[in-house]
Amino acid sequence: MAITEPVLSIENLTIALPEGADRAFAVDDVSLQLFAGEILCIVGESGSGKSMSANAMMGLLPDLVRPVNGRIVFGAVDLLDKTEAELMDLRGRKLAMIFQEPMSALNPLMRVEDQIAEVFEAHRLLTPKERAARAVELLTEVGIPDPAKAAKAYPFQLSGGQRQRVMIAMALALEPEILIADEPTTALDVTTQAQILELIRDLQQKRGMAVMFITHDFGVVAEIADRVAVMQFGKIVETGTADAVLDDPQHAYTRKLIAAIPRLVAGQAPTRKEKPPVLEVENLFKTYRTGGGLFSKPRVVEAVKDVSLQLAEGETLGIVGESGSGKSSVGRCLVRLMEPDRGTVRLAGQDMAHLKGEHLRAVRGSIQMIFQDPYASLNPRAKIGRIIAEGPMAHGVSRREAYKRAARLLELVGLDVSAADRYPHEFSGGQRQRVGIARALALEPRVIIADEAVSALDVSIQAQVLDLLADLKERLDLALIFITHDLRVAAQICDRIAVMHQGEIVETGPAHDIFNRPQNAYTRTLIDAIPGREKELAAAG
Amino acid sequence: MSDFWKRFSRNRGAVIGVVILAVVVLVAVLAPVLFPQSPWRMVQRPFLPPLSMDQYPLGTDALGRDVLAGLAYGAQVSLLIGVVSTAAALLVGIPIGALAGYFGGVADDVLMRFTEFFQTVPSFALAIVLVAIFEPNIQSIIAAIAIVSWPPVARLVRGEVLSLRSREYVEAAILSGQTSATIIWRQVLPNTLSPIIVLASLMVATAILLESSLSFLGLGDPNLMSWGYMIGAARTVIRQAWWLSFFPGVAILLTVLALNLIGEGLNDALNPSLARRGR
Repeated sequence: MAITEPVLSIENLTIALPEGADRAFAVDDVSLQLFAGEILCIVGESGSGKSMSANAMMGLLPDLVRPVNGRIVFGAVDLLDKTEAELMDLRGRKLAMIFQEPMSALNPLMRVEDQIAEVFEAHRLLTPKERAARAVELLTEVGIPDPAKAAKAYPFQLSGGQRQRVMIAMALALEPEILIADEPTTALDVTTQAQILELIRDLQQKRGMAVMFITHDFGVVAEIADRVAVMQFGKIVETGTADAVLDDPQHAYTRKLIAAIPRLVAGQAPTRKEKPPVLEVENLFKTYRTGGGLFSKPRVVEAVKDVSLQLAEGETLGIVGESGSGKSSVGRCLVRLMEPDRGTVRLAGQDMAHLKGEHLRAVRGSIQMIFQDPYASLNPRAKIGRIIAEGPMAHGVSRREAYKRAARLLELVGLDVSAADRYPHEFSGGQRQRVGIARALALEPRVIIADEAVSALDVSIQAQVLDLLADLKERLDLALIFITHDLRVAAQICDRIAVMHQGEIVETGPAHDIFNRPQNAYTRTLIDAIPGREKELAAAG
Repeated sequence: MSDFWKRFSRNRGAVIGVVILAVVVLVAVLAPVLFPQSPWRMVQRPFLPPLSMDQYPLGTDALGRDVLAGLAYGAQVSLLIGVVSTAAALLVGIPIGALAGYFGGVADDVLMRFTEFFQTVPSFALAIVLVAIFEPNIQSIIAAIAIVSWPPVARLVRGEVLSLRSREYVEAAILSGQTSATIIWRQVLPNTLSPIIVLASLMVATAILLESSLSFLGLGDPNLMSWGYMIGAARTVIRQAWWLSFFPGVAILLTVLALNLIGEGLNDALNPSLARRGR
């Protein structure tokens, strides 16, 4: 790249957090330069200050947070000195931003074309008629199918990917020089994510914009970045070209982050003796009916269609699929948090799908679940010890014995025994997920279902929890069903994988075969869409 | 706890409310000590104006009874009825709301129609009818107030439980084989506590107002001196003896105001995310 003036440079930016926060500065002495026509990725785990830096540029800092030092120079002016009115003029025209969750960034009660027209209106440009025409042009440019129709649609009538395209269209409306994208693909499915990344890259090249792309996902970085800045605890620890940072990271933290990314190479499953199945699922069906009163037809969604599975003792089966594929519904039907319409779930000879009342309660211990959200899955008003001991106590274990077991389990999952006397809010996400695992183990189950159990965790924590699960599985001889949207995670931990699409299992097989010789067309698109895959394949030779 | 007090005391009004309420409680508790004689006893000539005799600073009423003593004993009655009837209303409302919210479906329909049945009848009219049917004494007044004030509790608890029961920790409890009763008692209800406490503090205020209104209409317990009764008895002589209705009125106003301020402070302290943002 020729040496040019940066379009935007952040110089020694320091942003103070209110008193009582976990550290003094959200962003600590950060300097960055953004050049025209490049995509700069800012990578970091949650709480690293990456979003805060972007918000400072747009003047969108929360109330109690303020910059105390440094400058953000754009053109020849310091954005931090600008008044709200001056910023308002710059926003949209010179700097535009897209967000993580397009549903909450769009106004649900406005048609798409009106929302795009509003961007022009805010800057008093064009006539209403021209605005409408421009809206359709922009929608065409961002590749929405049938743009004229999409312009008249409300956000809820569009899919997640289409909504993000609308957001991008709005951001591009005034041809800004800089586009700030704050985790724009994190809420999207992997195939949609691949499309949106491609779109951003295309538009950036066509228009010569500078893009600041904030993400936690190194796969995405590998797909899209020209240059990378890695942030930790509000400081930039490493910057460089994408290839340099990804292939030859200098800072220990960067190395740790990159090492924590699950590799896409599924190991050849060790040839094991054929073990008897512990869980057999046959012809499971589940249909949702929502709405539907006297005068309207109910909305019917076939979430699970004729699903059959077998899980051998000590095996890890991955169920992968995009959102809405029915993978979570399968998991919930298996543990009977949801009533399957038809089908059998045989667990150690008992048909779980048709047990009732006390019988169901009695056998529940042998199939347990680890939940996705480490914050919602622990009762905030119960101490950790009680959370773990409650299950055994419900099955007639004495209080003393149950608490003793809880202490043992805490050690087993790598927490201190003293944790038993503390409340969940005193723990980090990864530690809470360990508590969730201890709780699932408390009833000595034979099968554990992990429903997106590591999706909410940062990549380094994710790696630790995955290691823990693999280790426990080995030691306690558990069978595990691992439900995930993240194929990298599935590749790392699963022996066999079942791919779900629209309620059906389209392909099942050993993990190695699924990743290297996918048979089904849908499986192939899914695997091709994994961010960073090409780079990894190239590196592997 | 100290953290809670810090957030609570940030609301200046709430602290004032606590001070006022503390004074009212103190007066109620010490009434038998300060005024060993019955408040019904005639002590001086009727219609003695305030500040005319040191011994009776608030004067006397139409029958020569000490107004100040009446206020002190009235505080007892008001607080007792306010607290007990609220407790009774919670005892009815919380289980109904929790069962309806947790089990949903038919149970929810039946319980909520039952609740609506009480909500559709104007509460004050229903309270009058109830007290009139039973003989007016303190038990029937408490019962009447509790009967008309539990529906909002049930509605609130139902809403909270509805949103809590789909939380993952409740699902985890179901999976671990806990019974529904255990889950409601140990997992769900403790998390509904904050809004219930806030609502309860406001309900005490409403109950005090209801009791005063009933007594004003002559439906109070005839053996108990209450603020509402004092105002009711003085209404015919309001032009000759303003102080007879003024002082009990101020007492009601201050107590109810204090409870409302406390309720608001509790709301700020218990739901920090909803509290007005500090600037």
